[in-house]
Amino acid sequence: MLMLTCPCCGVTGEETEFTNGGEAHLKRYGPGTSDLDFEAYLFLRDNPKGVHFERWRHTYGCGKWFHVARCTMTLEIFGTYEAHVTTPPQEILAKIKSRRPDWIARIPGGGSE
Amino acid sequence: MSNRLTTGGRLLDRARQMTFSFNGVRMKGYAGDTLASALLANDQMLVGRSFKYHRPRGIVASGAEEPNALMNMGSAARFEPNQRATTTVLFEGLKAESQNHWPSLEYDVGAINSALSKFLPAGFYYKMFIHPRPLWKHVYEPFIRQSAGLGKAPQQPDADTYEHFYAFCDVLIVGGGVAGLQAAHVAGKAGAKVLLLEQAAHWGGRAPVDGGELDGASPQAFVDRMVAELSGMPNVTMRLHCMGAGVYDHGYVLGYEQLDQAVRGAPRHRLWRIRAAEVITATGAIERPLSFAGNDVPGVMLASAVRDYLINYGVCSADRTVVVTNNDDAYRTAIALKNAGLSVPAIIDARVLPGDSALMAEAKEMGIRVLMGQAVAKVLGSKRVRGIEVCAQAGEGAVLEQIRCECVAMSGGWSPVVHLWSHCGGKLVWNKDYALFQPDLENPPTGADGLPFVTAVGCAAGPITGTDFEGLSLFDTLRGAVEATISVCERQGIRLRDMPKVPTVVEYDEEPLHPIWLMPQGAGPKLRQKTWLDYQNDVKVSDVQLAAQEGFESVEHAKRYTTLGMATDQGKLSNINGLAVLAKALKEDIPQVGTTTFRPPYTPISMGAIGGEARGEVFQPIRRTPMHGWHEKNGAEWEPVGHWRRPYAFRQNGENTHDAVMREVRNTRANVGLLDASTLGKLIVRGPDAGKFLDMMYTNMMSTLKPGKCRYGLMCSENGFLMDDGVVARISDDTWLCHTTTGGAERIHQHMEEWLQTEWWDWRVYVANVTEQYAQIAVVGPKAREVLQRLGGMDVSNEALGFMEWADGTLGGFECRVYRISFSGELSYEIAVRAGQGQAFWDALMQVGADLGIMPYGTEALHIMRAEKGFIMIGDETDGTVIPQDLGLHWAISKKKDDFIGKRGQERSHMTDPDRWQLVGLATLDGSVLPDGAYAVGSGTNANGQRVTQGRVTSTYHSPTLGCGIAMGLVHKGPDRMGEVLSFPGTDGAIYKAKIVSPVFYDPDGAKQNV
Repeated sequence: MLMLTCPCCGVTGEETEFTNGGEAHLKRYGPGTSDLDFEAYLFLRDNPKGVHFERWRHTYGCGKWFHVARCTMTLEIFGTYEAHVTTPPQEILAKIKSRRPDWIARIPGGGSE
Repeated sequence: MSNRLTTGGRLLDRARQMTFSFNGVRMKGYAGDTLASALLANDQMLVGRSFKYHRPRGIVASGAEEPNALMNMGSAARFEPNQRATTTVLFEGLKAESQNHWPSLEYDVGAINSALSKFLPAGFYYKMFIHPRPLWKHVYEPFIRQSAGLGKAPQQPDADTYEHFYAFCDVLIVGGGVAGLQAAHVAGKAGAKVLLLEQAAHWGGRAPVDGGELDGASPQAFVDRMVAELSGMPNVTMRLHCMGAGVYDHGYVLGYEQLDQAVRGAPRHRLWRIRAAEVITATGAIERPLSFAGNDVPGVMLASAVRDYLINYGVCSADRTVVVTNNDDAYRTAIALKNAGLSVPAIIDARVLPGDSALMAEAKEMGIRVLMGQAVAKVLGSKRVRGIEVCAQAGEGAVLEQIRCECVAMSGGWSPVVHLWSHCGGKLVWNKDYALFQPDLENPPTGADGLPFVTAVGCAAGPITGTDFEGLSLFDTLRGAVEATISVCERQGIRLRDMPKVPTVVEYDEEPLHPIWLMPQGAGPKLRQKTWLDYQNDVKVSDVQLAAQEGFESVEHAKRYTTLGMATDQGKLSNINGLAVLAKALKEDIPQVGTTTFRPPYTPISMGAIGGEARGEVFQPIRRTPMHGWHEKNGAEWEPVGHWRRPYAFRQNGENTHDAVMREVRNTRANVGLLDASTLGKLIVRGPDAGKFLDMMYTNMMSTLKPGKCRYGLMCSENGFLMDDGVVARISDDTWLCHTTTGGAERIHQHMEEWLQTEWWDWRVYVANVTEQYAQIAVVGPKAREVLQRLGGMDVSNEALGFMEWADGTLGGFECRVYRISFSGELSYEIAVRAGQGQAFWDALMQVGADLGIMPYGTEALHIMRAEKGFIMIGDETDGTVIPQDLGLHWAISKKKDDFIGKRGQERSHMTDPDRWQLVGLATLDGSVLPDGAYAVGSGTNANGQRVTQGRVTSTYHSPTLGCGIAMGLVHKGPDRMGEVLSFPGTDGAIYKAKIVSPVFYDPDGAKQNV
């Protein structure tokens, strides 16, 4: 059972206090967009073995959404950061690089690093 | 026979005798006994029947690894199956019964399976019960169900209580043997917050039984000193009877504590939910059986168990015990038996050593015959060991001699208990010299920071390779524990004040074991078929060889095909021997074959402990409206809606539920009815961008709504599907109040928050869920206005408060907000007052309306009245695949807006396809009620050979207003097919005919609600 730190209220809590909201940094495609873009936005999700950016909500705490950078293999948490960004912040990317030197970023909305 | 010696038994309190029963026979034991030791003391060697062949089985082990002595324990509401006799502490009045036999343990009809065992090989069920197909349902399945499952299921709800504990520590140590105590001592003295768990009833593990000298004293004295010192440390918590059940992500560990059942009112089990920064597993090792023919006959036991029963409980398993071994450790059993004055006719040692080891020399000195390089060809006896036949280990089993004995003490070496290490991803490595799997220090379980958080110490760590450590000796155990704990403390930044010392140890030097996977090594098919690997699941050497032969090369597949190591065993006793046999059959090395997965819990834990206090009323608390108590007193029949309870109907004067519902509808349509609508969600949406935001949330335009007005709104998911509906009222320039469905308040609140926090975080909007702040009462019916006018305080005339308007004011002195909205088609006011005044306001309405015929009505009357009007209900007309257009709600979908949640989804070709199922009314030709959920059939069959369907019933009721059945349904191109008659086959075999009509059955012009 994961331990997560909510960047909004600062509480470190057990997974049962939080709700997973799936892949992070998706771009919304509304009316006027192509079927392919809309399909990708609504249904197609990355499921990487390794570094992953996710949305979580502190459901039974402050109620706020935030982001988690996590390894889906080892469950290592590289860091949590606020919801109000479209790409992971530099310090999170640096932390991941230090822990996974071979990792090549494929950040939705951020292009390839 | 097995019996109790007059002296000895270090764990017994001989002053406290206890009475218990086994299969209805009264027996006696002592305080300190386990059920197993007490049974052996009463010469009860036979304790159960095996699962598949119903072979007689006796006690094999003395701890959690016991495969046979699983009992039905207790009775009635305290009945529990599959309790392990070896870990059950004896208490006064304990009642145990053996399992898996009929009619009795001694004479079991199922034992015929054993005679048929040739025809019941591995994979028998897969092979036998496939063909012919039709036999499956009526012959095979009932037969398999009859014989499946171990023990009986309890018949009554559990009368005991259970609880959860939450614990946090720097260092959790699982295992209170000498290694665990030593580790706790080091960490405790360093000042770490330590939690030390031991599954057994006493500290010290095996050391006090196995002997040696620690710091110049007996192991028991060392254990006593450690326990005394640890008890004095305020930062150390110690628990006996508490098993480390499982290690999970990020240092989460479950402990399972069994409490003293003699204490009345105390919970039975306690589940410890532990968060530990570091976990030290000091879980010791488990002795392995040896594989020889008849190794499952009652009386064949692990050598260590024979020693445990003798030294711990003063129980001798037999007058004459033959020891069979491939290592030095089993000699300790022979020596202990001899010292107790019992006979050891021989030690059969499969090894051929150049000289005598120290333990061997001592045994020989005591006059015990040691047969080197020899093996057991076969055990004689069926319900009890009568003797053994001896052969050469190197041969095929030619009998050299027979030895009479009643007990065979076997030892195939020791396997570290690596379960807890493995639970959370720790890898194992094969140690060739000692023939065992041990924790791979290169691949430990890692935590949230990616760093290791589990450390194995003592025997559980295995022999530490690449150093001057030697095997599983007592000294190495303690030295390893000290050094590993120092590293753990350093990792946690805990400073050691003075360097801990490793105790001085005097012990025997042991010769290494020789791996023996089959006895004798050339055993033929006849012997192999009686050579058990997994006692509990009746898996034999021949089964594993067959699995390999049939192509089950992966250890995980072979495990499932043969059931080796499944169920409660989880690889404790059967693992290594089975793997070795499989490896040999596949002509591979053991590490290539690998091990199966070790899954938590280490041994089974009770469902009660997992549930804890969350049972009955507190399992899921009920939400109650302010008028809940009144409803209860006035005949409410409850309907669960979300976590709420809503009155389904109020029964009066002995009428049945149906009659009550009919009366409520008629009375509301003729006079006036009251509905408790407090459960409807109420969300306040406020801010400069609130209008813009609601235009995105709803399909309609909400920003143009004027203050004082209400509008019915639809909410869709991004996929375009209808997810909620309700009336929205504009309170002021920057404030709206959104009603949601009863079950939807929290969900819709979260839905709004999600979009506000993660997509439009720069929009200035706040959302607050005020559902529980208000009691809301619908006053419905032609006399509704008169009721409110009698209360007085505000103008509720059609001129002052028109349809779809709201106003603040007072009624009968209650501050209130009145919405003129209708879900019934009648003149209707929904009135919100402060929650605390809900009951008083309800009482006032009931009183003032008494002579007007005012009556409460429930959810079923509400449903009927809305269906009569053709109003949809979320969850009836919608199921997550229905878009508003399917329901004829085009008028509520704004065409002026560029965007709203769901708009893009509804533009997809499948959603705009005219070929969809759409909402219509359905009127049965004979006035009967259509079955709910029934499908309208078409002609022909689809690609799957199923009858073609062309629609289904979504809501169906008897309408007391119209005096006939009314229904709504989704029908293929329904609105274009008015007047057509459809056929609905019911589950009762009848075909219901119904005509497609308008869904609005009552007052289609809306004249009644708009007066």
